Amino acid sequence: MSDIAIKDIIKPENLVYEKTDLMTDKTLSYCPGCGHGTAHRLMMEVVGDLGQENETVGVAPVGCSVLAYEFMNVDMQEAAHGRAPAVATAIKRLWPNKLVFTYQGDGDLAAIGTAETIHACNRGEQIVIVFINNGIYGMTGGQMAPTTLPQMKTSTSPYGRDVATMGNPLKITELVAQLPGTYYVTRHSVHTPAAARKAKRAIKKAFQNQLDGKPGLSFIEIVSNCNSGWKMEPVQSNIWMEENMFPYYKLGDIKVDGKLL
Amino acid sequence: MGELRLMKGNEALAEAAIRAGTDGYFGYPITPQSEVIEYLMAEKPHERTGMVVLQAESEVASINMLYGGGGTGKKVMTSSSSPGISLMQEGLSYMAGAEIPCIVANIVRGGPGLGDIQPAQSDYFQSVKGGGHGDYRLPVLAPASVQEMSDFVPVAYDLAFKYRTPVLIVSDGLIGQMMEKVELFDQMPRLTDKEINEKYPWGTNGKPAGQERRVLTSLDLDPHKLEKHNFKLQDKYRTIEANEVQYELIDCDDADYIIVAYGSSARISQKAIQLAREEGIKVGILRPITLWPFPKKAIDELVIKGVKGFLSVEMSAGQMVEDVKLTVRERTKVEHFGRYGGVIHSPEEVLEALKSKIIGG
Amino acid sequence: MTEEIIIAGFGGQGVLSMGKILAYSGIMQDQEVSWFPAYGPEMRGGTANVTVIVSDDRISSPTLTAYDTAIILNQQSMDKFEETVKPGGVLIYDPNGISKHPTRKDISIYKIEGAKIAAEMGNTKIFNMVVLGGYLSVKPIVKLDNVILGLKKSLHERYHKLIPLNEDAITMGMKNVVKI
Repeated sequence: MSDIAIKDIIKPENLVYEKTDLMTDKTLSYCPGCGHGTAHRLMMEVVGDLGQENETVGVAPVGCSVLAYEFMNVDMQEAAHGRAPAVATAIKRLWPNKLVFTYQGDGDLAAIGTAETIHACNRGEQIVIVFINNGIYGMTGGQMAPTTLPQMKTSTSPYGRDVATMGNPLKITELVAQLPGTYYVTRHSVHTPAAARKAKRAIKKAFQNQLDGKPGLSFIEIVSNCNSGWKMEPVQSNIWMEENMFPYYKLGDIKVDGKLL
Repeated sequence: MGELRLMKGNEALAEAAIRAGTDGYFGYPITPQSEVIEYLMAEKPHERTGMVVLQAESEVASINMLYGGGGTGKKVMTSSSSPGISLMQEGLSYMAGAEIPCIVANIVRGGPGLGDIQPAQSDYFQSVKGGGHGDYRLPVLAPASVQEMSDFVPVAYDLAFKYRTPVLIVSDGLIGQMMEKVELFDQMPRLTDKEINEKYPWGTNGKPAGQERRVLTSLDLDPHKLEKHNFKLQDKYRTIEANEVQYELIDCDDADYIIVAYGSSARISQKAIQLAREEGIKVGILRPITLWPFPKKAIDELVIKGVKGFLSVEMSAGQMVEDVKLTVRERTKVEHFGRYGGVIHSPEEVLEALKSKIIGG
Repeated sequence: MTEEIIIAGFGGQGVLSMGKILAYSGIMQDQEVSWFPAYGPEMRGGTANVTVIVSDDRISSPTLTAYDTAIILNQQSMDKFEETVKPGGVLIYDPNGISKHPTRKDISIYKIEGAKIAAEMGNTKIFNMVVLGGYLSVKPIVKLDNVILGLKKSLHERYHKLIPLNEDAITMGMKNVVKI
């Protein structure tokens, strides 16, 4: 087997799926079944499709995707926990012709970095924020997130999230949509091929907004699963997500071309 | 001769930022340094040089804007005062780790906590010992005049880019708020994007065609690799200690006693040594210009020369005195004098302390 | 030559700007200058003061406890600063609003009716320039020409038309300062 190269197995005429060069060859550190890898890939495909690989700067967060810079094959900065929108603000202000994005999880964007998120949105920074919401802190072992659903069990809400004492799940995407500084706000998932194709179109629209100099920030939430943190099989986690997350975090556009829907 | 103006220290710092070719200033107002961002906003540097000025939502955001901007190879700067600088320690630690250059000016006020808005020098430890988490040091410049508030901006940028490190300018409310004559240096051009890419190939501003992408991070989950990264940082700090010490000796040639004082305290002590010499007491001043690296060798030479005692004069409860003691190693007397909490010591008090703690003590 | 001055009064009397003009005048004749205001809580209650130093040499401490000259414009400042004048030094004050006049015998004391003269000249805003004139008559540390240059530097261009009025005020102050 060892002397048979991949190209001998996958002949061009049989090729149905090819990894973009804008993903590195590094093995993803995400759990099998997790949506992060798909989201990474969609974003990098869009950067490639738009011909922006030499013009893009990404900002990675703290959380499961802390190592996003290992996988996204563009210039990247690793930000402190929650600070990516501030980091990206300066990059874009100082390099207005570059394509600048942040990639952040729910703890990063909607808890510790809420101020940076709200104010980057409010200033209308011409950046793209991709927000992965899986309702839990995956990296640190399954603690409660600001987006954890009511009664959902995590290691810091072992008897379920009691909203009376632990607060309600934060719909930060609806919140930032209210700000005049956001231009495009939308919520998607990547758990089926159809959903991933829709999410990719949204990511492309967001990046295109930035390239076109549209006034304001484009914000994409991706509701995703965390089968490890939720302690489920991958498929089971996707079903649970559809049944429990989607009713609370409704998929679809919230604001398009600066107008609330 | 450059343009002469009467300016506040804070204004001189702001004007120097423009003239030094700063690409971006990101800051949050706090007394007693709000004149910096006020001056910059009024001056419209975007029209003068293309410089970006942005009022951030917090000092936490400001320092992370420096991380982002500095990480692309641009010249970036912020300023604040003590409580705001405490908020920036996280970002400074990350920048030290990721080796990102920037300037942070601290116009120190009384503490701890909210403290007050009067001048103090009680942020010495925070400035010279690292400040945030992890093993790192930052070069610290301590201006003692409005002139130096201007002059030290380009000096700080040189250090910041030479060593890829944040550089602190540590001043206080006295120098920030007072006006003096300042000779402004001529406008330096901002670097073009092309020049930035040639000079700073590590800048993450879009990967050059046909080359590897650049990544700036302070993370390495492999302890052995992180230790190796720390070795590199420590080597850099040793190089800075060997090459970048700056200090001033005032009337030390015949001095029996030495006051060690920086910034405002050095100015006040200059008056004190005039008063002392009128009484026949031979005292000089060693003024550290870089607080880190600390002028250890200069102190050592004064010990060897036979100086009978050192008085560390600082508007703090006694912070720099620890570094003086570490250098003197009990070969001669070392004491501290200073008022703090926003109280400025008078030249007479300094002289009195010299007499009671060093000469008579 | 080194002249160490405290100027003290109410906020709104032009204490800080008088100091600034004096400092700028020093720069115009190649001297070293410093100007350090009391700021923050020290200003509560409406008092304002500024330490101005003009010198041929490098200036040491910008804050002091003893002064060559005190220019005093209200009673609180008189209470606080009369005793800070160095023996042999100068105290200049506007008697308007002063209930307890200075009593020291080891200093030279001068009176300048700044508020009254400014009112007579029809513009109370030039009060501080009248007082400055009084001071410069007693201690001509800067030349009038350089004061005018200093005014030009410290005033925004849209106020330059007021410079002749300010010059008149300084001249009136110079003529009307009275030794006690």
